[in-house]
Amino acid sequence: MQIKTMATYAANGETPEILFWVGCAGSFDQRAQKITKAFATILEKTGVQFAILGKEESCTGDPARRAGNEFIFQMMAQNNIQLLNMYGVKKIVTACPHCFNILKNEYPALGGNYEVIHHTTFLQSLIDEGKIRMKEGGAFKGKKITYHDSCYLGRGNNIYEAPRKVLETLDAELVEMKRCRSKGLCCGAGGAQMFKEEEKGTTRINIERGREAVDTGASVIASNCPFCMTMLTDGVKETGKEDEVKVLDIAELIALHLE
Amino acid sequence: MRILQELLFIIAFGTAVYLFSTKVRQIRRNILLGRDEDLNDHPDLRWKNVLLLAFGQKKMFRNPLVAVLHFFVYAGFIIINLEILEIILDGILGKHRLFVPVLGGLYPILISAFEVLAVLVVLGCAIFLVRRNILKLRRFMSRDLNGWPRSDANYILITEIVLMLLFLTMNAADQQMQLRGSEHYIATGNFLVSGSLASIFNSMPDGTLIAIERTCWWLHILGILAFLNYLPYSKHLHIILAFPNAYYARLEPMGEMENMPAVQREVQLMLQPELAANEPAPEGMPKFGAKDVFDLSWKNLLDAYSCTECGRCSAACPANITGKALSPRKIMMDTRDRAEAVGRNINENGAFKDDGKTLLRDHITEEELRACTTCNACVQECPVSISPLDIIVQLRRHLVMEESSAPAEWTGMFSNIENNMAPWKFSMDDRDKWAEEMNQ
Ligand code: SF4
Ligand code: SF4
Repeated sequence: MQIKTMATYAANGETPEILFWVGCAGSFDQRAQKITKAFATILEKTGVQFAILGKEESCTGDPARRAGNEFIFQMMAQNNIQLLNMYGVKKIVTACPHCFNILKNEYPALGGNYEVIHHTTFLQSLIDEGKIRMKEGGAFKGKKITYHDSCYLGRGNNIYEAPRKVLETLDAELVEMKRCRSKGLCCGAGGAQMFKEEEKGTTRINIERGREAVDTGASVIASNCPFCMTMLTDGVKETGKEDEVKVLDIAELIALHLE
Repeated sequence: MRILQELLFIIAFGTAVYLFSTKVRQIRRNILLGRDEDLNDHPDLRWKNVLLLAFGQKKMFRNPLVAVLHFFVYAGFIIINLEILEIILDGILGKHRLFVPVLGGLYPILISAFEVLAVLVVLGCAIFLVRRNILKLRRFMSRDLNGWPRSDANYILITEIVLMLLFLTMNAADQQMQLRGSEHYIATGNFLVSGSLASIFNSMPDGTLIAIERTCWWLHILGILAFLNYLPYSKHLHIILAFPNAYYARLEPMGEMENMPAVQREVQLMLQPELAANEPAPEGMPKFGAKDVFDLSWKNLLDAYSCTECGRCSAACPANITGKALSPRKIMMDTRDRAEAVGRNINENGAFKDDGKTLLRDHITEEELRACTTCNACVQECPVSISPLDIIVQLRRHLVMEESSAPAEWTGMFSNIENNMAPWKFSMDDRDKWAEEMNQ
């Protein structure tokens, strides 16, 4: 497999169909790298022509902005926009709802206008176009899957159905947690919480959510966000069920079942 | 005697209206202490929000049972204003049931409808009292509400019940007098609820009945005038402010955070210093984020005055659920308290005199602000289009940019982003290691 960068394309005087915005977690976090690889595999197999920015990609500035550090955010954003505009990027797909939200909603005010798509929506369109076909049977046949709505995809951008539609193509039963869709409970990572200890409380947010997910009796918790992934994995660990209940990104689930 | 009553009524009514409008002007002034924000784009979408969120109570229906009860109380409030209009005109002109000749056969139908609503209001309020005081729902028990806010809610519910009972008793006595063919009590036809209650008064002499009817009339209207003047001091102000607040509600996707053009410009000049040549020198030091109500926008302050203290936000807040100090409802109540305190200060001193206090720290602590995950659950739940998150973010911006106050881990994260272009301390060169691994 040959994953090319925007720079390579540009050197050949070409532009790819889409830019795959990997994000910091997807680039550096060992667990999230697997999501990145799974999604790249799907793109490759379905013949989508894509590129990454590679070493040229920087943090979008999301955690800085949410923590209140607008200066750092602006520095990152303005640099990124310069780069994206230089490459003439039109369409961006990302597997991180925080990158998705900020690129889609907050970069336009700074002169960065792109069509930004979250990977779950993109997967749904590939399925709709018949480009993704699933294996019969499969590892999750007859098992229960529950889906965790990330705040930045769900409430933040009103995307509730696309990820569920993608999951429906699997041979599994989709069960909902008590708090789902617009009433979903945060995993505890957003707003730059990922990068510090939680404030004092009676419990941690990811433990509360992990428990709720495990209580559905599902053997897979499907996530759409690398941060939710970390938080929920820890949350499940707290319940002592990490052997029975796996947290997997929707891209990983699809990659596993690809024909 | 007649004239005296009219005079008394006009004095009472005039005083009530005067006091109310004075307080309303003060609240308007307090709200406008906030900084400017232009929220007049897309009037079509905004009116749609007024219809759906304020009139239609769309968000309330996330909890259908409560929504129905609340709808009774609310419809009762809106519609009963017609009936109050008649009472006020009667009071000023010394007439009785002024609208009977105008409305004719429609009149008893209308009043009957009001009466049915009145019964539903009594029922709704009674159930709300039970939920608050006997069932003790968690969101009504939290410490945000200790003291005045909890009594406030109960006073309102009790007052509404009393007002409705006065209205029904008044009509029942009136109906009995009509049955007796009293000349002053114009025949209106049967009222649905009070008509069936009229027989209770069968054995009473005319004089007593008239006294009951008049007393109820006076208590009812005086009660309403008193209630009107209680509103601005109470969370019940939302029955008015929910409407403008829905009009000025945010139209952007919830995930979108407001841009800061001042910082944008500054960073732009840093990255492209050649632009600075044509740049006029900035006037004074710009302020970043919010420390006090003056730094918030007027919409934030309108939000604070519109908050019904229902606690739906806090009940959905992941930080609150897991026992952190943060409660979005408290953020709104604190903001209103501070705006009121500033308002009192202005009333006393003519202009605001520094009182050594600020919204940040004297009302809202850093610990509360730090606990927010920006998940938007509070914004999603609020039935009156309030964003506690917007205030939280502005206060955080002040902490970080004006005071450099951030937890050590965040400071580390900031410098990682600045130096390594990622919130973690990884080498930039490793950013595409995963791709290299796949390319092998
Ligand atoms: S955005 Fe913040 S305050 Fe609002 S519900 Fe989420 S964590 Fe709580
Ligand atoms: S902010 Fe909204 S949801 Fe929260 S207490 Fe006030 S009115 Fe209720």
